[in-house]
Amino acid sequence: MYPSRFHYEAPRSLDEAFDVLQVYGDEAKVLAGGQSLIPLIKLRFAAPAVVLDINNIPGLGYHEEDSDGSLHIGALCRHRDLERSLLLRSKHPTMYATAPLISDPMVRSRGTLVGSLCHADPQGDWASVMLALGGEVVARSARGERVIPVSQFVVGPFQNSLQPGEIAVRARVPAPRGTRSGTYFKLERRVGDFATVGLAVALEMSGGTINRAGLALTGVGPNNIQCTEAEQALAGKTLNASTIDQAARLAAEAAQPKTDVRGSAEYKRHVVYTFVTRALGGQQARAA
Amino acid sequence: MEERRINVVVNGEPRSVDVEPRILLAHFLREVLGLTGTHIGCDTTNCGVCTVLVDGLPMKSCTMFAVMADGHEVMTVEGLGLSSELHPIQEGFREEHGLQCGFCTPGMMMASKALLDENPNPTEEDIRWALAGNLCRCTGYQNIVKSVLWAAEKLRSEAAMSR
Repeated sequence: MYPSRFHYEAPRSLDEAFDVLQVYGDEAKVLAGGQSLIPLIKLRFAAPAVVLDINNIPGLGYHEEDSDGSLHIGALCRHRDLERSLLLRSKHPTMYATAPLISDPMVRSRGTLVGSLCHADPQGDWASVMLALGGEVVARSARGERVIPVSQFVVGPFQNSLQPGEIAVRARVPAPRGTRSGTYFKLERRVGDFATVGLAVALEMSGGTINRAGLALTGVGPNNIQCTEAEQALAGKTLNASTIDQAARLAAEAAQPKTDVRGSAEYKRHVVYTFVTRALGGQQARAA
Repeated sequence: MEERRINVVVNGEPRSVDVEPRILLAHFLREVLGLTGTHIGCDTTNCGVCTVLVDGLPMKSCTMFAVMADGHEVMTVEGLGLSSELHPIQEGFREEHGLQCGFCTPGMMMASKALLDENPNPTEEDIRWALAGNLCRCTGYQNIVKSVLWAAEKLRSEAAMSR
């Protein structure tokens, strides 16, 4: 289907992009990878008057570590770049496990992590990962930069907390306290479907002790769910059969699954329990 | 009506065309350039039938505006080979019976091209991962995987001979 008509702007710098937003305000929609926005536009679920394509702005395709050990992911860093990243492979196991599970290879060539966070699909994988990692979104406007924790960035289904005139220019993952470990599990009926259940686990450990635990769920609630109680139960502990079982129970309780075509609520809750025991058990085995 | 001049290299040939920003790359290829080898299947970014290479990477041409290809190189199935001189991937699909109705085949072959450019010696699992976004309702995929393995071997032997 042909999308409805729109005015197209493809600025060559962020400053020019802010000028466009100044002129058109809420009528303009930022286009990065387009793998969520373009399907919405061509099915006419969305009909923005102005499409602001940021793909021609140089210098946004990076992902790199800061001197303080935090990771920055630019607004045009594609899933594909993350999937093939040596930096992620060596130092960011949760993100490295997630990247190849995002949709399919063609979508990963084009789609971006930051765009996925902005789209705020309640079934999106990256938001869970960023919640588990304590990640943030950096929003920039003509007035300056603002750092927003992902827990406050995704405010509802398909709703983010960007203000008029702001563009999400990068995501940031803070440096770990100790050694980072973790993974992402995704149960899907087939490639490209949303997760029946997704689980992000991000641990920061010194020796055998957990300094910080991040657990978040995809597909089992109205939005991505951070398992705060399970995280707190793990903090300061070591991984053993009893702490793993407790965390898995708390995570399963935090889930708010609904029965649908992908499975019953009871089944999905059971998958959450199983995923947490497997993920943490795997980390325990690795640490031993 | 708003139009925009785009400069895009399609199958090695530079093109300079005025297009409406809302025109999808798939529509541009088929309706403006007449390259109907690129098919449109689901129109919902699910099926991968419209896969082309943009700067060498596989992308769904139904999920990209033609204006976004401005300044880039696009390769469609027409750029892969000629009917008189098939590309080894096309030969592989013929030799291993990798198609029945053939509707998904252009997308399958372009996704395969992207795979083999990056990984000339893929395992069956590598192929299944690379083609995970390309749906086929006829074959059950087994012969498609065989076709790509066939093509990989042919390409490797060609590369060895030219060395």
